Amino acid sequence: MPEGRLASTVAEVAAAVAEIGPAAVKAQVLVGGRGKAGGIRFAENRQEAEAVAGAILGMNLKGYLVERVYVEEKLAVDAEYYVSVTVDRSARRPLIMASAKGGIEIEDVAEEDLVRRHVDLSFGLPAYLGREIAAEMGLSGDLAKQVATIIGQLYDVFRSHDAELVEINPLVRSGERIVAADARLNIDDSALYRHPGLPEVDEGTALEKKVHAIGLAYVELDGDVAIMANGAGMSMATLDAVQHFGGRPANFLDAGGGASVEPTAQAIEVLCEMHPKVILINIFGGITRCDDVARAITQVKAGPGIPVPLVVRLAGTNEQAGIEILKAAGIQAYRDMDQAAQEAVRLSKEA
Amino acid sequence: MGILIDRATRVMVQGITGNQGSFHAGQMKAYGTQVVAGTSPGRGGSLHEGIPVYDRVRDAVQETGASASCMFVPAPFAKDAAFEALAAGIQLLVMVPEHVPVQDTIAILEYARYQGAVVLGPNTFGLITAGEAKMGIPPNHIFQPGPIGIVARSGTLSYEIADALTRAGLGQTTAVGMGGDPVAGQTFNEILHRFDQDPATELVVMVGEIGGSAEEEAAPFIQRMNKPVVAYLAGKAAPAGKRMGHAGAIIERGRGTLESKRQALEGAGATVVEMPWDVVPAVQRRLAKG
Repeated sequence: MPEGRLASTVAEVAAAVAEIGPAAVKAQVLVGGRGKAGGIRFAENRQEAEAVAGAILGMNLKGYLVERVYVEEKLAVDAEYYVSVTVDRSARRPLIMASAKGGIEIEDVAEEDLVRRHVDLSFGLPAYLGREIAAEMGLSGDLAKQVATIIGQLYDVFRSHDAELVEINPLVRSGERIVAADARLNIDDSALYRHPGLPEVDEGTALEKKVHAIGLAYVELDGDVAIMANGAGMSMATLDAVQHFGGRPANFLDAGGGASVEPTAQAIEVLCEMHPKVILINIFGGITRCDDVARAITQVKAGPGIPVPLVVRLAGTNEQAGIEILKAAGIQAYRDMDQAAQEAVRLSKEA
Repeated sequence: MGILIDRATRVMVQGITGNQGSFHAGQMKAYGTQVVAGTSPGRGGSLHEGIPVYDRVRDAVQETGASASCMFVPAPFAKDAAFEALAAGIQLLVMVPEHVPVQDTIAILEYARYQGAVVLGPNTFGLITAGEAKMGIPPNHIFQPGPIGIVARSGTLSYEIADALTRAGLGQTTAVGMGGDPVAGQTFNEILHRFDQDPATELVVMVGEIGGSAEEEAAPFIQRMNKPVVAYLAGKAAPAGKRMGHAGAIIERGRGTLESKRQALEGAGATVVEMPWDVVPAVQRRLAKG
């Protein structure tokens, strides 16, 4: 690890640079590609530090406000390597990737410069594999030994933290030293319950965070047709249908494959809060019952109200009962998804 | 006919006394599935939905001859339940729970390979051989026996498409859910192999989505297949870098895009349709060509 400190004011940054010497000033936001976006800059002295800190602190980096920076010793970089452990979805195994050409995004590394090795969870990472990977990276001597050790440690972090990805990029050679100059650790959301000590970070927008907190899958988009469907696949297909007819989806919202009245009503209230031009609800009842969804809709309509035009598609389990409930509340339901999507798009253009 | 399960399959339910396990064990039985046993540690010796309950999978297997297990335990216990089932000799394990840690799934699949068993899921609706038997949560009234195989990552989207097929008079052999997680027990490739060898299946409908490369990896086999494939892919409107409900439905670092999947499948001779409602006409056209 290189020397460094956290700072949140221009004065703190200047003081840190004065103490450490030439330094990299790195924006502390949880988003990849900081460097490219102007979130990492260098300062040789106090004056430069003040200018750089003024530029980074308070900037908007890919939608995130930069409130803190990490001031880090600027290394004499002799070489930059790449090492990571990730889950290979296709092979259904952990995958180690390494390259002697690091410092750039891994997808930009040429295939022939990349060393790939799978690991069996049951057997773990044998020490020889780390040495083999280091050798294939073209390293030798003490350097190879150090990198092999780091690969082993990286795999241990991957296992002990339920990581989806643990990456050091670049892994810098500075003289005789090997330094992890930047690293990334993505923890599997489904395993967070095993790691109560780790801070939980939702990278979403304010509304996304709010909806995630009630346990629903939600993604904010920039259109004007608010959408709710049941099941991830159906929800994606509904977005596609709206786009297909020339409309602009405002969001992705999966109300769940078998949601009952209450959570469905909550989901509809979320849609209303988005101030869209139209709301489209697309339900194919398998486990979800159409009458439950209809009750949720009428409950919201009678309670907080639905301030914009509403288009509903109901098909599947208890379809007839659902349609009747809606009819009594003055809402007409469609049986077919394409007709409902088309109508929602038409209304969004009229509004 | 159909693949993986039929009316003779002896099925057990892990977590049979829970809400989901209890309801769906009843539904599976109502569909005609031979649900011969259930497990619930500490509840052994009782009857649930008329099904004998055991403390341990090993006893259930020995006493009832169950060869397939459908799991409804909470995700944190899924790994242990899977190891117990696989150790007891279960040959087909259907994992319904969502949010199973991905490293648990990897460990389960390693052990399943060692034991020579097939795992579906996690985060799957299960599977249903129309008119014969089902494991998991697909609704009972949508599927009708016929010549179409369905393999999908998503449950509700499969129901949507199966319902449209049924209304058009196109019944199904088996509908199989791979599950929405990034690491799944079965791939499109493996399921397509089974459908290709099933004499009752004449055409396969594949329902894919953004994320990963399971669709692309199926392309070489689709090219060699003796049966036509019609595919619908969901997620055209999805932005990169966002998880669309399924843990596996995410375009990461430029990979897992719909366009890459569409090109691979079309290149292999599959008919890739734009929208879910285009599936039925495409199936009719491909069947008419013979």
